[in-house]
Amino acid sequence: MSAFTALLTRDLRLAARRRIEALLPIAFFSVALSLFPLGVGPEAQTLRQIAPGIVWVCALLAAMLSVTQLYAADYADGSLEQMLLCGESAVVIAAAKALAHWLLTGLPLILVSPLFGLLFDMQGDAIAALTFGLLLGTPILSLLGGVGAALTLGLRSGGVLLILLILPLCVPALIFGAGAVSAVVSGISPQGHYSLLGALLIVTALLAPWATAAALRISTE
Amino acid sequence: MSSSPTRLFTFAAPSRFYGLAGALTPWFWVATIALAAAGLYIGFFVAPTDATQGEAYRIIFIHVPAAWVSMVLYMAMAFWAGIGWAFKARLASMVARAIAPTGAMFTFVALWSGAFWGKPTWGTWWVWDARLTSYLILLFLYLGYIALVEAIDDTRRADNAGALVALVGAINVPIIYFSVKWWNTLHQGATISATVAPKMASTMLTAMLLMTLACWAYAFAVVLTRTRAIILERERHADWVATLAREGSKQ
Repeated sequence: MSAFTALLTRDLRLAARRRIEALLPIAFFSVALSLFPLGVGPEAQTLRQIAPGIVWVCALLAAMLSVTQLYAADYADGSLEQMLLCGESAVVIAAAKALAHWLLTGLPLILVSPLFGLLFDMQGDAIAALTFGLLLGTPILSLLGGVGAALTLGLRSGGVLLILLILPLCVPALIFGAGAVSAVVSGISPQGHYSLLGALLIVTALLAPWATAAALRISTE
Repeated sequence: MSSSPTRLFTFAAPSRFYGLAGALTPWFWVATIALAAAGLYIGFFVAPTDATQGEAYRIIFIHVPAAWVSMVLYMAMAFWAGIGWAFKARLASMVARAIAPTGAMFTFVALWSGAFWGKPTWGTWWVWDARLTSYLILLFLYLGYIALVEAIDDTRRADNAGALVALVGAINVPIIYFSVKWWNTLHQGATISATVAPKMASTMLTAMLLMTLACWAYAFAVVLTRTRAIILERERHADWVATLAREGSKQ
């Protein structure tokens, strides 16, 4: 079994032992999303317009808030240092943890988002565009979140600092993801948005594990 | 010490850089004042009224220099932080930390002056187009760098983590620069190009370039002073700092 698979199954198994904790990001996502109609007003036209944007923002926040847990527990009990010392490439560790984070947070988010699309009175094609955009975008968030989590390991203000650091980098994914839905609603093709999201995903998948590995080495020295 | 020849990396030593920076800073202040005086005089009293914007365009003499300097300062900060990380060069990391507040300040000045320019000319203080949004992201990147290096107590870890963040964020500066070409933005496109004659009056261009040089001289003066302070703070256990303190208290 490769190190990648071993780490991935380890993280998934640990999360399975704490199912409620693993579902907390989805709970946060749902609650935060439900606050908007209460604050903005229940008018369907407004909700339909703001839905893609706020779904993306809440997905972003949910991803950022949960990504610290990926590394924090391992850092606290020393197993992260052991993983880095055992000779396996830190890039593999970073990639495995990012995939674990996406499977635990991103994928449930994607599955829940059509439901919220219905709650916000979105049309079928808009919901499809939203879900597909999230499918391309949530891995980007997991990968970038890994970089931030590795940089802010063990810091007192880690959670908020991570959001400040990584959110600016997530802005392109947010713009193109929400833009794809707006394009579909306006009747124009979302292909450009999807292509750019896909390109962002490829670039992030290629570069973020390296950055995370460098950050892990910096933080554990 | 005066008899030894100057090697390539002589001033990479904090103690020698301290002396060099101390000697250069007053000249940079003189240059700042002279260039700013010349630039503002030409900008406000010599340059003609704009055909479309009237007198409101004159904010260009603050807005554009601040914007240019903020973007180049970010690249400089990322560069020096990277050098400090790659070569374990302490002084390079100190310079990067010294640049950050000045860069953030110039970004803020450009954003504010841009808003004051936008109100009379575009009718709005702000618009979420590509250039303004990516430029606001630059401010967040500066603040993120400062927040990260301040949050980490261990100096070396802080410097290296900051270097990673600064380098990752460096992709934003080309995005800001090309945003007016890649997207349909409200912000005007490039007026000055390396290959084509500038599309603005020569007195306006002269004043703008003088103000840019003034902002540069100011940036150098402030960054060198801040670097000196950081050097004293970090090297406070060294002999040369103790000697300096003793001599300083004697004067």
